[in-house]
Amino acid sequence: MYHKTLSYRVFSVFNNVFLTVVSIVCLLPLLHLLMVSLSSTAPANAGLVTFWPIGFTFEAYAKTFDNANFLSSLWVSVQRTVIGTGLALIVNTMAAYSLSKETRVFGARNIYLWYFVVTMLFSGGLIPGYILILKLGLMNSLWALILPGLVAVFNIILLLNFFRGIPKDLEEASFIDGAGHLRTFFSVYLPLSMPVLATVSLFMMVGHWNSYFDGIIYIRDSEKLPLASFMQTIIVQADMSKLDPAAVASLSQRTIRASQIFISALPILMVYPFLQKYFVTGIVVGAVKE
Amino acid sequence: MEANISERRAEKTAERGRRKRGGKQPLILHLMVLPAAVLVFIFSYIPMSGIIMAFQDYKPALGFAESPWVGLKHFEYMWQNDYFLKITGNTLFFACTKIVMNLIVPFVFALLLNEVRLMALKRSIQTLVYLPHFLSWVTLSGILIDMLAQTGLINQFLVFLFGIKPIFFLGDGGWFRFTIIFSDVWKEFGFNTIIFLAALSGINPALYEAAEVDGATRWKQTIHLTIPSLLPITIVIATLALGNVLNANFDQIFNLYSPLIYQQGDIIDTFVYREGLLSGQFSFATAVNLFKSFISLILIAVSYRLAYRFAGYRIF
Repeated sequence: MYHKTLSYRVFSVFNNVFLTVVSIVCLLPLLHLLMVSLSSTAPANAGLVTFWPIGFTFEAYAKTFDNANFLSSLWVSVQRTVIGTGLALIVNTMAAYSLSKETRVFGARNIYLWYFVVTMLFSGGLIPGYILILKLGLMNSLWALILPGLVAVFNIILLLNFFRGIPKDLEEASFIDGAGHLRTFFSVYLPLSMPVLATVSLFMMVGHWNSYFDGIIYIRDSEKLPLASFMQTIIVQADMSKLDPAAVASLSQRTIRASQIFISALPILMVYPFLQKYFVTGIVVGAVKE
Repeated sequence: MEANISERRAEKTAERGRRKRGGKQPLILHLMVLPAAVLVFIFSYIPMSGIIMAFQDYKPALGFAESPWVGLKHFEYMWQNDYFLKITGNTLFFACTKIVMNLIVPFVFALLLNEVRLMALKRSIQTLVYLPHFLSWVTLSGILIDMLAQTGLINQFLVFLFGIKPIFFLGDGGWFRFTIIFSDVWKEFGFNTIIFLAALSGINPALYEAAEVDGATRWKQTIHLTIPSLLPITIVIATLALGNVLNANFDQIFNLYSPLIYQQGDIIDTFVYREGLLSGQFSFATAVNLFKSFISLILIAVSYRLAYRFAGYRIF
């Protein structure tokens, strides 16, 4: 028994310690950010804060929630996440249901499948996409952030593979009971697919919340900018022209920037445990009893 | 007799119903794909036709129909351009180093994590290292810019420990490259670790028992059993990564780079963005992008072929 040997025990202790240290170090940057955001301005600007707040205060958070630009961006992000994920779920699951049928049932299946897969392999790229949004008159509109990425072929494939794993007997039972495809889809397939639906929708939500580039190129009014794009402008571009003078003055404060970064990452940190939980799929086993 | 007839009739109705609803009526199946198909047509296929502007001198005022055709002018300019070669080199360097590091680090980490017997500890470590994967590069670059500044936490620490001069992490070409690779591994190694762990849990325990009976030490078991069992999934990840050798991660570079380190840090995607949307060189930027997409397409096709050939991998 290798567990009992001395050398393995020594290794095991070192291994546990080493892995624990590595995983904590992975999180130290986030912890540091949180501590800076909870400290008072002077010690933070002087670089005295490490992993404990100095002069503990919620002042930075109060100022962040006083910032009209930040709040409107937060609202835009909530909108795009909710609407974008909702629409994408409907469109992608319906398509995946049809494509999960065999060619015998749905002759055009393979044609559709290739039609979708081609877009995974090749795309027009940045400029033609930009010109399209311009021509469609979607510039500066919330729809420019939602529609282009609505159909995610990767998600369709994930869903259709899951649908295919659902036993055929259930579908047949539903047809014999007189249900059509639409009814079977809503009453049989969707309830059985909760784990994969949860996974896919959480990934979509994270994608929407984190995406910043579309906001930067498609949105011109600062009050229509999603939060990730707003953060990008204040962190990276430090584009003073878009901000009012009061905001520029507060920009120099490390604590406020830290609090804004932390708030923008907070929803991700909150849904993360669920993301993990649903990562393991496969609940159908046992639905059919022979 | 009467009962028999009504039974037969009921059977017939059921048969008709089955045929009508279940069997031979794919119209509803077409309708269910339709929204996705239309959206893909508008937002993927129409832009694809827009790549013809790579062969034109596209002017927004003239449109696709009126803009003059210039053949391969933009491509010739691209190949004669030293800067284009430079950024292609940078792109390959970043992408390939990341691919290799994101195989080695998770591989070793998963092997070590597999030896942790306390399930609670194992699960917590998994959770912690996987977390950065879900944070955006905007958030992470906000943290990195702050921590890597001349007076930031990292430099304070290094100065205190080694008494060196503060390092200009994001302003010095060499250090910039190091920062990009290191921070990418930090963000992404947890993801592949999970994939390797899943493969590890799929190894038949009977094999370990047999090895034990034969007197193999844990080290011997790792070398002769665990690592060979991980090879198929490693081959799949490695070959699929082949399609990404021209993707150096736009989001990361874009949020961390600056004109100071363009020579060592600029990549094809950031160049396309600056040339196209900032300088308005629509046609040239599209030509550069088309070149990249074309090479990537070939690489993806080859990589999927290889993954299927060597590991039986299919996506659907």
